[in-house]
Amino acid sequence: MSTDAPAKPEIGEINKYNFRTETKGIFKAKKGVNREVVNQISDIKGEPDWMREFRLRSLEIFESKPMPKWGGAIDINFQDIYYYLKPTASQGKTWDDVPQEIKDTFDKLGIPEAEKKFLAGVKAQFESEVVYGSLEEELAKKGVIFTDTDTAVREHPELLREYFGTVIPPEDNKFAALNSAVWSGGSFIYVPKGVTIDFPLQAYFRINAESMGQFERTLILVDEGANVHYVEGCTAPMYTTESLHSAVVEVVVKRNARCRYTTIQNWANNIYNLVTKRAYAYGDATMEWVDGNLGSKLTMKYPAVHMMEPGARGEILSIAFASAGQHQDAGAKLVHEAPNTTGQIISKSISNKGGRSSYRGLVSVMPGATNAKNNVVCDALILDSESRSDTYPYIEISEQDVQIGHEASVSRIGEEQMFYLLSRGLTEQEASTMIVNGFIEPLVKELPMEYAIEMNRLIQLQMEGSVG
Amino acid sequence: MTHVLKIEDLHVAVGDKEILRGVNLTINHGETHALMGPNGSGKSTLGLAIMGHPGYEVTGGAITLDGRDVLAMEPDERARAGIFMAFQRPMAIPGVKMADFLRHATTNVRRPERKEGEELIPMREFRKELKEKMEHLRMDSEFARRYVNDGFSGGEMKRAEILQLAMLQPKFAVLDETDSGLDADAVRLASESIADIGHQKMGLLIITHHDKLLEHNPPDFTHVMLGGRLVETGGKELADELHRHGYDRIRKAYPEAEAANQEMLAEESAAV
Repeated sequence: MSTDAPAKPEIGEINKYNFRTETKGIFKAKKGVNREVVNQISDIKGEPDWMREFRLRSLEIFESKPMPKWGGAIDINFQDIYYYLKPTASQGKTWDDVPQEIKDTFDKLGIPEAEKKFLAGVKAQFESEVVYGSLEEELAKKGVIFTDTDTAVREHPELLREYFGTVIPPEDNKFAALNSAVWSGGSFIYVPKGVTIDFPLQAYFRINAESMGQFERTLILVDEGANVHYVEGCTAPMYTTESLHSAVVEVVVKRNARCRYTTIQNWANNIYNLVTKRAYAYGDATMEWVDGNLGSKLTMKYPAVHMMEPGARGEILSIAFASAGQHQDAGAKLVHEAPNTTGQIISKSISNKGGRSSYRGLVSVMPGATNAKNNVVCDALILDSESRSDTYPYIEISEQDVQIGHEASVSRIGEEQMFYLLSRGLTEQEASTMIVNGFIEPLVKELPMEYAIEMNRLIQLQMEGSVG
Repeated sequence: MTHVLKIEDLHVAVGDKEILRGVNLTINHGETHALMGPNGSGKSTLGLAIMGHPGYEVTGGAITLDGRDVLAMEPDERARAGIFMAFQRPMAIPGVKMADFLRHATTNVRRPERKEGEELIPMREFRKELKEKMEHLRMDSEFARRYVNDGFSGGEMKRAEILQLAMLQPKFAVLDETDSGLDADAVRLASESIADIGHQKMGLLIITHHDKLLEHNPPDFTHVMLGGRLVETGGKELADELHRHGYDRIRKAYPEAEAANQEMLAEESAAV
């Protein structure tokens, strides 16, 4: 093989984020996962015994579970990954306490500007741990808890012991088990009865160590009649070796409460993004997942809502954009466990430059869930003949008296649509970007303004060079 | 310098079917040309070929704009060079707001050298102009926020095309039945708007079956197309004659072209 040119890192679509800040890691656990590593993580965090036992039990489950047989091809050497890295000695209390190199990373992500505008609480996960968090007094006054999950284990043990791992137990799947064994960071939110938070709570995540798995763990409890919108944005730098992101997000929405969880993820092309997200919605409660997936080598993510009591509502809006070398296996799960529950899934996927996107969805109506209503709309847009789109809808119905709808469409950008836009002076690139942005507009308009703009910008970057 | 759009011995085929069989037409800036003819004679085809529709293959002849080879240009380059077509059936672009689409189009047409990704016309300036143009066309401001042609009525589509004509201010415009499918009031409004925006300010090629549009935009020349050829050219009086008496005289006078026209119609209905 010729060696006249050094190997170039793959230039991807997200160049703006293709940078790395030198991190003086204080502590790195050994590569690989075993009892020793898990114990070490628990030691460093000074965790109570119940959490250590939870981790060790989860490790056994992880080791005993086979890899998922569906979804995409996963080629991960679990023993070649760092499972824990602690970037600073202690958690920053104010902005001044945050180390400069971490601030630099945040600057590149635009977080201080965002904060200036209207962020009430910034929770930024730097590598494995939250290093900076600022919480508006207003939230504290209302009794809202918004912190990282590690802190929550120490400061709110009663809530954690009651709910942690109950919505998604480690037995659920291999990657949920792995997360349960080695989790670090993530957000914990508790919204007390009747409290409405008028602005979205936001968090920024970022993977920044090669071969570094990121296993954040988020738990959101929305008490009766409360209302919260949580927004999580992800950007990651580009690396040449494989990297794993495997988060677990558990949400409990009590009677008459409402929760919306919005995620825009834009991973580097080498990342496996294998995430388990599930919510329990109780009587007349509403849970909404808004989930946008760009980038990554393989994403497998199917946000779920279990409608546990009468009147519960679950709504899932999903956008997936698969480009060269990417497989988005995304979708949604709605489980009707009680009568008079209503569910809706709207999925839009785009495949470009040989990318592959799959919609995988489950609608399940359990015995006794009479008068359940469910509607699924899934639209796929394929931009060229090398790209691929598949739909795997699973429907399990154990009741007679239900209304279930499923519509699916697959389209290509029409020659007539292209010609129309070109005839108005738009270039092919601009025209196809415009058509794609229009295609996802019904979901993008659900996003907070700055995320909507970011989403359109990311689409534009993904589309660059897509027209020959 | 007066701009000139020149079409010489143009032959156009769709698939292996020849539709235009040698069209010659010169339009000077400021002139209004009416293009008339029975169904299937090739009127829309001429417009689409001028605009560069990929489904319409030019098999012979030339189109030039001020001496520049139009056939060598992509459709977007033609638009930026100053050519426009108001479509008979414009396409819906779901999810794309009229205002966003128009801001992009207007920027590109006014700044033909703009590189992709460069700034668009400032939002404030653009909105002001769009609002004025829409008020002038008596269009509801809500229109700008609707998705391009998505769920538009026939009349709304035609007005949206006229709005684009107003914003893009081309040198030459083909108007393909911009008055069809409209009620009497809407036809009058469309006719007045076109006269206001385009008459004597652009080179207009108006394809129409009605007299209202030409009443407001009296043609300097009237061309009759039959069987893919312009068989007769006259002034406004020719348009008046055709409106009053139809195409019987023309069909009889040009039996060869009439035979070609019948053949094209038969093939068209066989294809459907």
